[in-house]
Amino acid sequence: MHALRPIQFKPLNLGRWLVWTAFAFMLMAAPKIFSSGSALSILSQMGTVMIFALSYNMLLGQSGMLSFGHAVYSGLGAFFAIHAINYAGNGVLPIPLSLIPLVGGCAGLIFGVLFGYVTTKRSGTTFAMISLGIVELVFACSLMFPGFFGGEGGVAANRVIGKPLFGISYGPQIEVYYLIAFWLFISTIGMFAIAHTPLGRIANAVRDNPERVEFIGYNTRRVRYIMLILSAFFAGISGGLSAINFEIVSAENVSVLRSGGVLLFTFIGGIGFFFGPMLGAIVGLLLTVLLSEFTNAWQLYLGVFFICIVMYAPGGLASLIMMTVRVIAHKKFKRIFPSLLLVSIASLLAFSGAVMLIEMMYHLTLESANGSTTKLMGYVVDTAVATPWIGASLLFLLGLIAVYFARQPFFAVWGDVNAEIEHAMKGAH
Amino acid sequence: MTAYALEIANLRKSFGNSEIIRGINLQVKKGERIAIIGPNGAGKSTLFNLISGRFFPSEGDIFLNGQQIGGLAPYEINRLGLSRSFQITNIFHQLSVFENLRCAVLWSLGYRYSFWHKLSALKDAREQAEKVMEAIGLGWRSQTPAGLLTYAEQRALEIGITIAGGADVILLDEPTAGMSRSESDAAVELISKVTQDKTLLMVEHDMSVVFGLADRIAVVVYGEVLACDTPQAIRQNTKVQEAYLGGHAPVEVQE
Repeated sequence: MHALRPIQFKPLNLGRWLVWTAFAFMLMAAPKIFSSGSALSILSQMGTVMIFALSYNMLLGQSGMLSFGHAVYSGLGAFFAIHAINYAGNGVLPIPLSLIPLVGGCAGLIFGVLFGYVTTKRSGTTFAMISLGIVELVFACSLMFPGFFGGEGGVAANRVIGKPLFGISYGPQIEVYYLIAFWLFISTIGMFAIAHTPLGRIANAVRDNPERVEFIGYNTRRVRYIMLILSAFFAGISGGLSAINFEIVSAENVSVLRSGGVLLFTFIGGIGFFFGPMLGAIVGLLLTVLLSEFTNAWQLYLGVFFICIVMYAPGGLASLIMMTVRVIAHKKFKRIFPSLLLVSIASLLAFSGAVMLIEMMYHLTLESANGSTTKLMGYVVDTAVATPWIGASLLFLLGLIAVYFARQPFFAVWGDVNAEIEHAMKGAH
Repeated sequence: MTAYALEIANLRKSFGNSEIIRGINLQVKKGERIAIIGPNGAGKSTLFNLISGRFFPSEGDIFLNGQQIGGLAPYEINRLGLSRSFQITNIFHQLSVFENLRCAVLWSLGYRYSFWHKLSALKDAREQAEKVMEAIGLGWRSQTPAGLLTYAEQRALEIGITIAGGADVILLDEPTAGMSRSESDAAVELISKVTQDKTLLMVEHDMSVVFGLADRIAVVVYGEVLACDTPQAIRQNTKVQEAYLGGHAPVEVQE
């Protein structure tokens, strides 16, 4: 028998330390690079959404639980947090703002214990449906009990409470950003650590094959339940942070819309990798915030983008990146590059055609009262004239045809290269 | 304490109006190896599903080391020291071979639902998983995702997951199904190696496997145990020959 070394046992995992240090450094440096006011507020929001998406992936990616109601936990966490801020402001509750996210986390955890008991009784589609039922229920409650939920207007608060501690009042956005970054950092470490515990690994097993797990001594329901409670805790933290960030929490925070949003972001980022949801939060938020400033049709683009990901890269952006990195590491990128370039150019053609059509359509149907001309990529276009329509359609069609012919060689090469890599990796074991 | 590792008394199971298991009695001594044979649809797999907790018995008792387990959940039965494999490969496809086996040892080592132990620091879990991985001959496949193994390798992993938790009563449901002759020979060798000193119940169609491994053979026909005896006696049992082979030919076995 040959010597067996399935895992190297390093007392100090240098690679991992490097990654975490780099992450901390990025969090610290980000507001120095993107220093404008709006960039700072987007960064802050990104931090909260990252925690939310990571917590969601504890269910979807790690335990195979598709939830349509995860906003319940972040939202209720946010409501409890905003009340806690107000109580702290009144001097009723002696709690510093830095610890308010914990209030949200505990609220999330308690509701996880409560609702999770019901939802995790079943798995799969049934779980998804019950989670949808719960979020509708909580949303309805939020409008029924205005005393706690603040009705349509929501609950507002002023986050500047008490005397500044070490000169930090949390008035300026940059201080809030660093508070969020701090909680993001430790939440990420916490969730990463949980993924690498016995429970985390068994949750993976439950995702792959719940039936077999029952025959190796584990109650799958209990596994799902504990994972949901832990996930709800982190969702609550993200809710608490968003309460601090926006100083207002409304019924929208516990809505299906918010729950669907985190599903969308997490999937776009990639559920198969730990960092996928963080990527999804960044890209998803950029798409929503930035795109909505440029165009009214941003939701349409987001939807199309999501469909493309689901259809062509079900592993999300993270898997696209990781596979490309793998190809580069195996020095096979040169072979892919020509066909990749062709496909990209063709897609770009079709895409710009489609964007022009969509924008003109939007302008014609929704903004025609302001005249028929609009600006597209810096050019003035008259939507009442046929020429731009024909041009855009031609561009779109030509692009589509080009994609049709360019994609086959690309997929062939891509498949070959990856098969070769997998073969080489098998031999290396 | 009872001398029987597994005792089944008047076990019955009906699905709707059809009674699949019709009063099975079977005693298995500690350390004994019993093969269960019988025609398709005789209820062999149903019997396994009843013993392992996948189905609830309609009537009757199942005792594991003297303790009633009829009607318990699969994980409760597993914790009491009974483990089973499946006829259709039932593994964790996305996890590596090593992770498959490490999952299978976690409960028995007392880690339960822990989210406070660092998995990579659990030396005992790692060593136990590696030991099993070596035993089933998949050491060189350690990091391969289980879904990418060959069929025979997946069957070996299936057995590995079954024995990894250290259960002393092992149920194997057609462990050599769909294997070539050489693969099944290797599987027999593997089974006899890894089930040393354990009580073994095995559903099997391949007669050379049955005669190679079993101390006793239980013949199940129409939900009843027709006979349970040594291979020698079963071979000469005319009742078995009639029921199992339609009385046309004696059971041919090359040993």
